[in-house]
Amino acid sequence: MSFMTVLSILCLLGGFFFFFTATIGLLRFPDFFTRLHATGKGDTLAVFLSLLGLAFYEGISLTGLKILIIAIFMFIAQPTATHAISRAGMRSGVKPWMKENIES
Amino acid sequence: MNGFAEMIIKTEDIIVKTIARILIPFIQLFSLYVIMHGHYSPGGGFQGGVIMGASLVLLFLTHGYEESKERMSEKAAILFSSTGVLIYSGIGLLCLLLLGNYLDYGRLSLILNVDLAHARSLGILGVEIGVGFAVMAVMFSIFLDISTGGIEPGEEKKNEKASTR
Repeated sequence: MSFMTVLSILCLLGGFFFFFTATIGLLRFPDFFTRLHATGKGDTLAVFLSLLGLAFYEGISLTGLKILIIAIFMFIAQPTATHAISRAGMRSGVKPWMKENIES
Repeated sequence: MNGFAEMIIKTEDIIVKTIARILIPFIQLFSLYVIMHGHYSPGGGFQGGVIMGASLVLLFLTHGYEESKERMSEKAAILFSSTGVLIYSGIGLLCLLLLGNYLDYGRLSLILNVDLAHARSLGILGVEIGVGFAVMAVMFSIFLDISTGGIEPGEEKKNEKASTR
């Protein structure tokens, strides 16, 4: 097993770990904004690590370069999308999870 | 609601605007790539046209109707969609005029002065460009019709005034 394959396996495992924690956060957190916090941060890093692992496996080639460009695009676009969704929630009057807003 | 939340709602969103302005040229470049490489990789006229239309939709969503209607208006969308259909059917009818079947690209080698395989490739590329034009314009005008309800923003007030009179 070459060095690049080991590196790609490590990156993919890290990506799977962050996907897993982001999904747990999505299922267990109490309200809209905290769930968005978990998925926004976790998924961004998970997608970046997974694509980086695939690029390491591919090596230096045109396909690897394309995968890296996709990774950079996701790294820019995904936090922006999360920001826009959270703003839309604030605009439409979603209450944050605070002590005075807890009803049950 | 407290003051901070109101401030968030009222201020313009500079993050989304800036990122959209950075990303839209790359999205449009990618759509041209998808159209040009439709022969031997996934993609083609329809997919590239949809990506181009999505970039225009992103522009209108982030910058608002008033600011971005100079880039692409509804009249231009109608013109582009009929231009795309004209390119498609024009290439097809040109093959008919050169005594072939409809969209029989091999016949184009008579006027393009290249060999048969090149003529087929160029004919397919021309048809894909036509399909891309039409799909881009139709996607965009569907989005405008849904988001504005068929009425141009700014004309609503005139209509209200006319009805109150």
